[in-house]
Amino acid sequence: MQEFILPANNAEMTWVCLLIPLLPLIGFLINGLGNRKLPKGLAGLVGCATVIGSFLLSLYLFFGFEGYGNRPYTTDIFNWIHVGALRIPFSFQIDQLSLIMLLLVTGVGSVIHIYSAGYMSHDENFGKFFSFLNLFVFSMLLLVMGSNYVMMFVGWEGVGLCSYLLIGFWNKVTPYNNAAKKAFIINRIGDLGFLLGIFLIFQTYGSVVYGEVFNQAAQLSEVNDGVVIAITLLLFVGAMGKSAQLPLYTWLPDAMAGPTPVSALIHAATMVTAGIYMVIRSNVLYTLAPDTLEIVAIIGLATALFAATIGLFQNDIKKVLAYSTVSQLGYMFLALGVMAYSSSLFHVLTHAFFKALLFLGAGSVIHAMSGEQDLRKMGGLKKALPITFITFLIGTLAISGIPPFAGFFSKDELLAHVFVHSKVMWAFGLLTSFMTAFYMFRLLYLAFYGNFRGTEEQRHHLHESPAVMTIPLIILAILSTIGGFMGLPPVFSENHSLGNFLSPVYELARRAVPSAFAENHLSHELEYILMAVSVAVAVVAIIMAYFIYGKKRTVPAEEGAALSPLHKLVYNKYYVDELYNGLFVKPVMGLSTGLYRFVEKGIIDPIVNGFGKVTLGGGRSLRFVQSGATGSYLLLMVLGIALILLLNFII
Amino acid sequence: MTGNFFYFLTFLTLFAAIGVVVSKNPVYSVLFMILTFFALTGHYILLNAQFLAAVNFIVYMGAIMVLFLFVIMFLNMREDTEQHKPVLSKIAAAIAGGILFVVMIAALKDVNTQMMQPAVFDSQIGMVENLGKVLFRDYLLPFELASVLFLAAMAGAVMLGKREPGEQNRF
Amino acid sequence: MNDIPEVIRTIPLNYYLYFSTALFCIGIIGVLTRRNAIIIFMCIELMLNSVNLLLTAFSSYRSDPNGQIFVFFIMAVAAAEVAVGLAIIVMIYRNVRSTDINILNKLKW
Repeated sequence: MQEFILPANNAEMTWVCLLIPLLPLIGFLINGLGNRKLPKGLAGLVGCATVIGSFLLSLYLFFGFEGYGNRPYTTDIFNWIHVGALRIPFSFQIDQLSLIMLLLVTGVGSVIHIYSAGYMSHDENFGKFFSFLNLFVFSMLLLVMGSNYVMMFVGWEGVGLCSYLLIGFWNKVTPYNNAAKKAFIINRIGDLGFLLGIFLIFQTYGSVVYGEVFNQAAQLSEVNDGVVIAITLLLFVGAMGKSAQLPLYTWLPDAMAGPTPVSALIHAATMVTAGIYMVIRSNVLYTLAPDTLEIVAIIGLATALFAATIGLFQNDIKKVLAYSTVSQLGYMFLALGVMAYSSSLFHVLTHAFFKALLFLGAGSVIHAMSGEQDLRKMGGLKKALPITFITFLIGTLAISGIPPFAGFFSKDELLAHVFVHSKVMWAFGLLTSFMTAFYMFRLLYLAFYGNFRGTEEQRHHLHESPAVMTIPLIILAILSTIGGFMGLPPVFSENHSLGNFLSPVYELARRAVPSAFAENHLSHELEYILMAVSVAVAVVAIIMAYFIYGKKRTVPAEEGAALSPLHKLVYNKYYVDELYNGLFVKPVMGLSTGLYRFVEKGIIDPIVNGFGKVTLGGGRSLRFVQSGATGSYLLLMVLGIALILLLNFII
Repeated sequence: MTGNFFYFLTFLTLFAAIGVVVSKNPVYSVLFMILTFFALTGHYILLNAQFLAAVNFIVYMGAIMVLFLFVIMFLNMREDTEQHKPVLSKIAAAIAGGILFVVMIAALKDVNTQMMQPAVFDSQIGMVENLGKVLFRDYLLPFELASVLFLAAMAGAVMLGKREPGEQNRF
Repeated sequence: MNDIPEVIRTIPLNYYLYFSTALFCIGIIGVLTRRNAIIIFMCIELMLNSVNLLLTAFSSYRSDPNGQIFVFFIMAVAAAEVAVGLAIIVMIYRNVRSTDINILNKLKW
């Protein structure tokens, strides 16, 4: 199926495909060029309308796909790079995977854009914000729609840039800028891996276009071929950076410095899932490299566990969510590692819904608290913010894996696959799930129950957010509730609609390595047991959280309070930032200072300045030779002739 | 006999040339110059280049030198009109010229000048008839172009000599 | 008809080389030492003539008429040059009341 990705012979399709990324780009240009000149209402309208337009077009493509015979197709826009054997077309590939990602990016993107119009309404750089958001959506669409690795890389870098711009959006605050720089630099490390992976792909398969690469790989490469392992590992390094996996995860919590809608859109729902998209897109290569998959699974699991433990003791509402995002991303990579590609994408979808919901809910809370993010200053917000509370509760239930909310289905499916692969991994996954439920309900109890712990002023200011912010919350809450039903487990339904829809994407991999896709169904009894266990674990965690933070109304210790060593270690995020600082940042800074002081000031500067001085001095002294008197010129000319003849004579 | 005549003419030429350079009065310079050309004409005759001797005599000694003399007198130049260069720069100039001379002599000393071949020697090449044939057969185009050059030179001299509209009438 | 001129038989061609070089260098020294533009001009004529003499000498010694044709053209060009050059000198004199080349030191930045 996939080896014959035909160009769409339909001009209409080409236009639709072109318009989807083009609309946000137009929005970016309008808002970017008209920043501060456009009225806020118009800027918001342009920003939202372009993304919603893209969403509608994506829907059109989605529903037209079936009419097209469920056949993937590419639309060539123009020949982008054509050097020697290297041919990179600027074209879009539309298949099941990119359609799902399109809907996710534009759908969640639209909701968050609308929310932003309310959330950012008091900001002076409203237009700039929307232009960046639109640029982000544009880049993300290039990433998911591109038909080759180079276009993916362009989008990849584009979202990285937007991430940088938006984390440092309030660029008057130095720590925010540092967070932005950190995100950018750590992403660079990953990008280097990605880039090397692309080079290796081109060298090995002679092309970077998906269809050709995968065909070549499926036909030529053996399972666990060294080159394939190298390619997949390099690509995975890229995914590590973008999707915040160990050891490159530290930028994501810091990235919460950006405005909350940004955290929701970029650092929870879409950009961080680019790594997962890339792995699923390259599923042929990964299927051919089971060793890499094992590494992916281990790193994913370690990240999930590690981040979850840190999340247990964080007091900043957004930091908790950030670590939970890292943890959930770890889950997704765990699923990829056990070759449950569809389950991973399923979790990407549901996670996008409920994590965006949670972030936007947190944004609503922060909005009501006039910018306060510390959980210790909140409490009892249930009455003041009823809609936010209910939607936040739904999101929390979803992430904790309580049926029938979305997270339950995706996480359960994911864990079932892990169970088939390895019981130990499953146990750790369950532990992570337990911690997730615990810290999310800790967050919920601390923020919405108990007494208000903030200042009097904040108490007066408490208010429910405007409709433009609550409606997106409600939409996402609905999606978080019903989103799971697109992938019902086999016990409930024979028809896993998402899995069936995505199945052609793996056709080539299935043909290349048939054994890897051997049906390995769990018995229904076992499936029920697994489900019951995971729900039970979540419920236990919730009850624990209720007893500690709901009933006893424990409030986390103040800054600087004496903590037990373990608690302190976890509270300080295992000192990873400090470790990186000491291990990498300090030596590099020292090296650069040393180089600056000795090489730059001592060697390079004198050389460069010396050239200038010699030239100046030479000019100053040679100036006298040019007296302007013809006589001296003649004299010099004669001497010159004599010299030339003399040289001729000597040589 | 002819050999002695050669040495005499050479001596005369160099003497007159030095006279041109060292004479304080421009008019004497011109006269020495005429003497130089006269001696050179003798050289041409010795070399059996009679046409050139005639041309040199008429064009150089007659036309060009008279033109020089005319201009010098026209500008009313006397001994005191020229300010002399400082001695140092004169010495420098002499040294430069001397070095050039030494270097050139040194370079030309070992030049292998092919001796004339009596078998094919033609003493008549410098005659008017012979040169005229070569000139109008092989060098017809340059010859005609030379006339264009003269025309241009004439027009140029007239243009340069003409008073410009705003120029002061000094003399 | 083929009687070789005596000077060609008795005087080596090298003597003409040295003689022309000497004449040329005298011209150069004149150009360098004098300040009167007309004298300098005459010294240039001197140099031209030294070249003419050498060309003629080679032409006669090797019985090749082309050298003498060249001398003829050099004389023609020199005549034209003198006409224009003297006109320029006269014009300069009219403007600055002098033919001293040290006044002409405008050839700098």
